[in-house]
Amino acid sequence: MRHADVVVIGGGPAGLAAAIAARQGADRSVLVIERDVKLDGILNQCIHNGFGLITFNEELTGPEYAARFEQRAREAGVDFLLDSMVLDISNDRVVTCVSAGHGLVQVQAGAVVLAMGCRERPRGALNIPGFRPAGVYTAGTAQRLVNIEGLMPGREVVILGSGDIGLIMARRMTLEGAHVACVAELMPFSGGLKRNIVQCLDDFQIPLLLSHTVTRVEGEKRVEAVWVSEVDEHLRPIPGTEVRYPCDTLLLSVGLLPENELSRQAGVELSRVTRGPVVNESLETSVPGIFACGNVLHVHDLVDYVSQEAAVAGAHAAAFADAQAAGRELAAAHEVPVEAAGGIRYTVPQSIDPARMPDRLTVRFRVGGVYEHRAVCVYLDGERILRRKRDILVPGQMEQVDLRREDLLAHGTLDKITLTLEEA
Amino acid sequence: MTEEKRRLTCIRCPRGCALEVTLVDGVVATVTGNSCRRGDVYARAEVTNPTRVVTSSVPVAGSATAHMVSVKTAGDVPKGAVFSVMEALRDVTVQAPVRIGDVALANVAGTGVDVVATRNA
Ligand SMILES: Cc1cc2nc3c(=O)[nH]c(=O)nc-3n(C[C@H](O)[C@H](O)[C@H](O)COP(=O)(O)OP(=O)(O)OC[C@H]3O[C@@H](n4cnc5c(N)ncnc54)[C@H](O)[C@@H]3O)c2cc1C
Ligand code: SF4
Repeated sequence: MRHADVVVIGGGPAGLAAAIAARQGADRSVLVIERDVKLDGILNQCIHNGFGLITFNEELTGPEYAARFEQRAREAGVDFLLDSMVLDISNDRVVTCVSAGHGLVQVQAGAVVLAMGCRERPRGALNIPGFRPAGVYTAGTAQRLVNIEGLMPGREVVILGSGDIGLIMARRMTLEGAHVACVAELMPFSGGLKRNIVQCLDDFQIPLLLSHTVTRVEGEKRVEAVWVSEVDEHLRPIPGTEVRYPCDTLLLSVGLLPENELSRQAGVELSRVTRGPVVNESLETSVPGIFACGNVLHVHDLVDYVSQEAAVAGAHAAAFADAQAAGRELAAAHEVPVEAAGGIRYTVPQSIDPARMPDRLTVRFRVGGVYEHRAVCVYLDGERILRRKRDILVPGQMEQVDLRREDLLAHGTLDKITLTLEEA
Repeated sequence: MTEEKRRLTCIRCPRGCALEVTLVDGVVATVTGNSCRRGDVYARAEVTNPTRVVTSSVPVAGSATAHMVSVKTAGDVPKGAVFSVMEALRDVTVQAPVRIGDVALANVAGTGVDVVATRNA
């Protein structure tokens, strides 16, 4: 059996940044296993600009951002196994993959980093009655067709869901000569970034219909029309509001799901909210030595944060692998749960050991609705240690707060850390 | 003297600051709401001469790894020229090998801006 100190599963931006970090400081063997024939993950098809402002202080396209990390990873001496799909991770960290070139390969890993990204919520998950005609695509599939294959899925388009991929594709299809009739969004707010609404919809006078949904798809072989209705406050279609849009294409941009079949098989505990692994301050899952980062952990809107988060996971995986190799036991953790309250849907990490956390620990979170003039507050048991005013918080945008180790240590025994929103 | 206020969302980074531009007799007097200098520059341009970066992809011939190569305008072009840029790119095919930054089409649609590759193929 092959051995690697750190095995990273997935060669997208998360996997690359984790691998680079795992190579720092010592000469460890780091292997990235990627099922595609090329690295860079979803960024290959994200040809629009808007990546890397935080990391590189310039606005790059997805492929350019990825190319820089790919080059760094190669320079850092990371090994790659491409065209190789990981099928299983055992709880003693034997990674099994099937490789186009090498058949079945097993690797004993000192530590594992999960970086498998996410996939789009498929249309089966939606309750649209009617036939299943051709012409219905997820927005990401359309993005791959147009940008990678050079194929146009259709000419007259309706988009359901205002996630960023849907917004980006509304512009992309318009630029390629299609007509986008509207973007219908079930919720009273968009799930996408404000800047994408401005530059992808407003620039091209594409209407965004909030509190609307698709109630019917017409056409047997190919989509012929899509019916869009307004919904009430319980998200139920309002009778009599239905409007028919003749079209040949319906794009779905209704959310992303972390890709965690492998994690589940490995016995990793998953969060019902994020659908990703539950992790501690080191981004370690419930299985010792298995770490997670990027979209497999929770869905990110900004790749810069993916890279930052992944570097943390990679560094901790390396430390775990070093301890394994030296036969050292890592100090037992005393995890304090982090509770999300008052409109905050989840936090990552979900628990923190004050003794093991770095001097500053970034806690990322998302809110469940639109909140104006609030303060993000952090409590240690009953004591408030942080209060940050925010003009507006929206579900489409990941938020973060930094916790200081000294604050947690100063508190003494600690049962619970609470993140909550309060009136500002 | 006529004063006019315009509200914009800055698109220069994902923060999407809400900007307010005050124009006095059609000339920008103040910009507020921006969290950094890029927002100020964006707001002034947006109310006088709005510009955009255009990204697209074009076919590549002779590459073993790709059918298409992604491209972008190397700088901003006038917003009004976006569709002319797309029109000009319609007949462009690039020849492999292509490196990031290689010019796919010089001075696209007379804007003075080059279209460059954003991936290797
Ligand atoms: C359409 C779209 C538009 C976006 N726009 C922006 C933007 O404008 N600005 C921005 O900053 N961010 C943007 N993002 C977000 C950012 O690109 C993502 O958050 C980031 O790419 C996630 O990185 P990742 O490495 O976690 O996942 P991915 O990029 O999805 O990589 C996961 C990799 O794992 C591989 N893999 C999965 N399962 C296995 C397995 N079993 N075995 C082997 N390999 C496996 C996959 O093939 C893939 O290569 C966008 C995302 C999308 C989808
Ligand atoms: S003003 Fe600065 S911080 Fe605000 S959106 Fe624009 S570029 Fe980003």
